[in-house]
Amino acid sequence: MAAIFNEMEGKGGAVREPYARIEEWLRTLSPRDVERALKEAEAIFRRQGITFAVYGDNQASERLIPFDIIPRIFAASEWRKLSAGIEQRVRALNAFIHDLYHRQEILRAGRIPSELIIQNEAFVPEMVGVMAARGIYAHIIGIDIVRVAENEFYVLEDNCRTPSGVSYMLEDREAMMYLFPELFAQQRICPVENYPAMLRQTLESVAPPACKGEPTAVILTPGIHNSAFFEHAFLADEMGVELCEGNDLFVSDGYLYMRTTQEPKRVDVVYRRIDDAFLDPLTFRPDSAIGVPGIFDLYRAGRVTLVNAPGTGIADDKSIYTYIPDVIEFYTGEKPLLKNVPTWRCGDPKQLAYVLDHLPELVVKEVHGSGGYGMLVGPTSSKKDIEDFRARLKARPGNYIAQPTLALSSVPTFTRSGVAPRHVDLRPFVLSGDKVRITPGGLTRVALKKGSLVVNSSQGGGTKDTWVLED
Amino acid sequence: MLGRTASSLYWMSRYMERAENMARLLEVGYRISLMPGAVEGHRDEWRSTLQSAACDFAYDRKHNEITGAKVIQFLIFDEDNPSSIRASIKTARNNGRAVRTALTRDVWESINTTWNELAQVKPSSMTADRLPVFLEWVKQRVMSFRGALLGTMLRNDTYYFSQVGNFLERADNTARILDVKYFILLPKPTDVGSDLDMQQWAQILRSVSAHRSYRWFYRDSKYRPWMISEFLILKEEMPRSLVFSYYWINMALDGLANLYGKRYGCHDLAQDTYQRLKTGNMDDIFQSGLHEFLQDFVSRNARLSASIGMNYNFP
Repeated sequence: MAAIFNEMEGKGGAVREPYARIEEWLRTLSPRDVERALKEAEAIFRRQGITFAVYGDNQASERLIPFDIIPRIFAASEWRKLSAGIEQRVRALNAFIHDLYHRQEILRAGRIPSELIIQNEAFVPEMVGVMAARGIYAHIIGIDIVRVAENEFYVLEDNCRTPSGVSYMLEDREAMMYLFPELFAQQRICPVENYPAMLRQTLESVAPPACKGEPTAVILTPGIHNSAFFEHAFLADEMGVELCEGNDLFVSDGYLYMRTTQEPKRVDVVYRRIDDAFLDPLTFRPDSAIGVPGIFDLYRAGRVTLVNAPGTGIADDKSIYTYIPDVIEFYTGEKPLLKNVPTWRCGDPKQLAYVLDHLPELVVKEVHGSGGYGMLVGPTSSKKDIEDFRARLKARPGNYIAQPTLALSSVPTFTRSGVAPRHVDLRPFVLSGDKVRITPGGLTRVALKKGSLVVNSSQGGGTKDTWVLED
Repeated sequence: MLGRTASSLYWMSRYMERAENMARLLEVGYRISLMPGAVEGHRDEWRSTLQSAACDFAYDRKHNEITGAKVIQFLIFDEDNPSSIRASIKTARNNGRAVRTALTRDVWESINTTWNELAQVKPSSMTADRLPVFLEWVKQRVMSFRGALLGTMLRNDTYYFSQVGNFLERADNTARILDVKYFILLPKPTDVGSDLDMQQWAQILRSVSAHRSYRWFYRDSKYRPWMISEFLILKEEMPRSLVFSYYWINMALDGLANLYGKRYGCHDLAQDTYQRLKTGNMDDIFQSGLHEFLQDFVSRNARLSASIGMNYNFP
């Protein structure tokens, strides 16, 4: 593994420019200040109920995601480059989804093997021919980006279904501004607080053709027992829209309505935070008790907009990931500005052979897995784990992809034994509607365990406030 | 507003009020159990506490003897008992969580902090000496919740549905306490109007935090069943009386009617009950039987709750 890029210290120990002030500030903090701030931060999050549920963990059914008070910082110039690459990527992803459910030009051109799409579980045949408002299918995309050097960024994966975590981005900033207002007075940090307003604008901009007046948008949640319920409620509140459960909505005379304390109210745009399979028992899983019967037919008929559309998962499937650079070139005619991580497709016998020979240095992921489950991180795994995984890999090679173990950049983080570098990634949230809107920064996730590269909150990761400095 | 939101606001407030009432009932039970010479009636007192809380059937299903410790556990911590303090606050908080968007931050944080702190209290730690402090804490937390609600919520449907839930629960609670305690204390109808054991009567008033206000109001050093009943049923000055509760239920329902421009069956029902209380007098009530009057009231109260749910599309 190459040397780890420390975002504060850079090469040779000289503090990198964006971190200059923070580095100074850190030296003025006493251990007591830190302890007080961490305690206060926890109390703020706890009191506001900013929690997430961990499935299968009854003891602590509501947990806090650990928050680290040292921010992760980008210079304006760094961010300009990143956001150009992000915008290019999400435009291509939406064009790609539209194409897959219409003329499938990219398959005809032979750039992606047809069977990889058509036989993919993430491909939703019911979506074929559906014309979405403004041609946008994935209105909200989270792109996971890692950094390995000063000028080297990679896209680890795209999240085109229902990416979560944006509430942490917003609350982390609130907590930082509350705890350390002086830091925000000393330098100009791009605000993130207008994300909910931008989200609402995005939702309203994709109202269906049948909507004539002011569009009404709602959030559809599976309910309070869902792990991300806090975020659903938070966003509904911040946007000023109703937070609905499935049985609050119903279809009547070809339109969608919500049950209110007065007359039923028409609904035009549904930001749904439930999976495709549970969305509509009449079209998808018939045993779904959390969906809205008939909503998909309305969507097809242009009476309501679903955000994100069903079937967008085809664009973030890990078996498709390796083709995304081709996808970008195909639809934009430009070279990708952001690189993919080099990836071996284990379904291919030659590539599999390489992977099997190099397991201890690779990261192997399930094609359809998420949340850091079912993966092997070679360098930090025991011999036994590797051999167990080898057996699983051999049994179903098509189910896996492999990547080199990236030396994720690190940022100073408070740990039990003082300030120490910990690995981070970045998830910017990108909105597509009448235009592409990107909030400066995003959610920085940090692996709190020493040496760990797994940043997922379900695996003990934490978060940091992410700053983009203004010029 | 979603019908489900209205329902959650209503139940959130009902369960917070219930938690406070339960704390009061337990305070009284605890006081009595400390009294010298009360050993004889000790078990009866806990039984009447269970009855006043409408938890006696559920308790009997689970336990075959009544002890102070078991009753306390059952009424404070047992989540099988939907009216225990813990279950009430949990239900209130789940309802609040489901409608966070409708609550101000202050209201939500008040209810959430209450739950978080309660979750830290171990049932085994609730020894007799710590009980009063704990019950005081419960009352304080509910008051903080109510204060946040009154002080920060817009006077719109959100507020009205919370108020209706709050006062419906309070009316139900006062009616039950009066019914149960009165029944136990006064087995013979001929005793009406006579002076009885002050200690015993004081507890009815204590259960609704009214032992001092009663004395101020009636300027009387004796507890008279007739006046106690009047105080708890017909006196608009008394903030836990039936008539007071119905005044506020009607205010809130009228608020909804004005806001939405529509009246329903629940409005007539609430207005009718209020008028009966406002124009009622104790002679008539005792004539036809206090117990019958209170039973009728409790069932009207339940009908009103159902009717509000129907009229405003609760799920």
